Amino acid sequence: MSAYEIEIILSRQLADCLTVPVFLVDPEGTLIFYNEPAEVVLGQKFQDTGPMPVGDWGTSFFPHDGEGKDIPPEELPLVQTIQNKVPAHKTFWIKSLKGKSTKISVTSIPIIGRSKNFSGAMAIFWDNEIIG
Amino acid sequence: MKVKLHGTRGAYPTSSANNQTYGGNTSCIEVINGEERIIVDAGTGILGIDFDTFYDADRIDILLTHLHMDHIQGLAFCKPLFNANKEVHIWGPGGSPESLQARLNRFLSPPLFPISLRDIPSKLIIQELPNTTFTIGNFAITAEYISHPGPTVGFRIQCGSKTVTYMPDHEPVIGKAHLFPEDEWVSGFKLAHRSDLLIHDSQYSKEEYMNKVGWGHGSLEIAAEFCSRAEAKHLLLFHHDPAHSDDERTRMFEDFMKRANYNFPIELAVQGHEIEV
Repeated sequence: MSAYEIEIILSRQLADCLTVPVFLVDPEGTLIFYNEPAEVVLGQKFQDTGPMPVGDWGTSFFPHDGEGKDIPPEELPLVQTIQNKVPAHKTFWIKSLKGKSTKISVTSIPIIGRSKNFSGAMAIFWDNEIIG
Repeated sequence: MKVKLHGTRGAYPTSSANNQTYGGNTSCIEVINGEERIIVDAGTGILGIDFDTFYDADRIDILLTHLHMDHIQGLAFCKPLFNANKEVHIWGPGGSPESLQARLNRFLSPPLFPISLRDIPSKLIIQELPNTTFTIGNFAITAEYISHPGPTVGFRIQCGSKTVTYMPDHEPVIGKAHLFPEDEWVSGFKLAHRSDLLIHDSQYSKEEYMNKVGWGHGSLEIAAEFCSRAEAKHLLLFHHDPAHSDDERTRMFEDFMKRANYNFPIELAVQGHEIEV
């Protein structure tokens, strides 16, 4: 039997209340939760996919730069936060399953609770077309 | 193993005639195994412990779930603290930039209290709870952070084959009528899993809770759902709101039980009761 740390559980509760897409990953980079707005970004429902390894979610929304060149998972803010345990931020493009590219900004933060253990990370996605 | 309930009330102590059925003292229980005893929480219930009769040993262990006043108020007048021959171990949550000792000292010092911690005559050993299971005598104790404002833990206390879980202040899910469907997303799940006795927050009715979301407490309904999900064998509903008379509390419980359909015993905690685990 395993259970998440309280700071991860409360992060999910926060994500559940937000209208911006939120990803939560564990220390290995496995996507352990994404909220309903993030389901739109991914084009998949969390209840259908369950947790996803970084190799799956890191490429499933086709991140690319302004010239259309693919961004490898290790350059994504959330992956960098997992590797370095520091906040990260990047603006880039993602492609929906219908082929439309959207410019987004992603901010990720490490989640370190009262036990001082690194429990995972949270990323918030901002759709630049909406906020810009 | 036995559990004695010295204080079952939440928020503040009450001496009202309307609160004598379940008792007026705030959170404190003793977990007893033969001659061994540990005290969990130091609300005003701790003042009801018969230290002269049952605490011959020099060492006394007091575990604190958190430092809200209803869980530490009795500490200031706890007899062994003023006995120079006693060694009092106080265990509580870390998780704050300030040490546990510094946080306790805010209460146990002027102007709130006439003397400061350093002037208390007993030998005080204040220890932040480790992140691993630790032992006191034959008790194996696990503390984990749970959902409640400020650094707050629940305790899983095992002795031999029996386990008691104590979560007097716990909001297992915030602002929702039900727990998340996956066990690993339920605050405190591991602590309570298959416990023989679960002592759990149940301060509000379901309706009251919706106006007190995020205050750190739960309803009778969510406590029972949590107990069921964790497959604990016996639920003791704890942390009674002193704003309710005991008659109101009884009616609330009876209404709940008419609608509930669980296959484990559910009771309201009563100050002074002993429960054999």
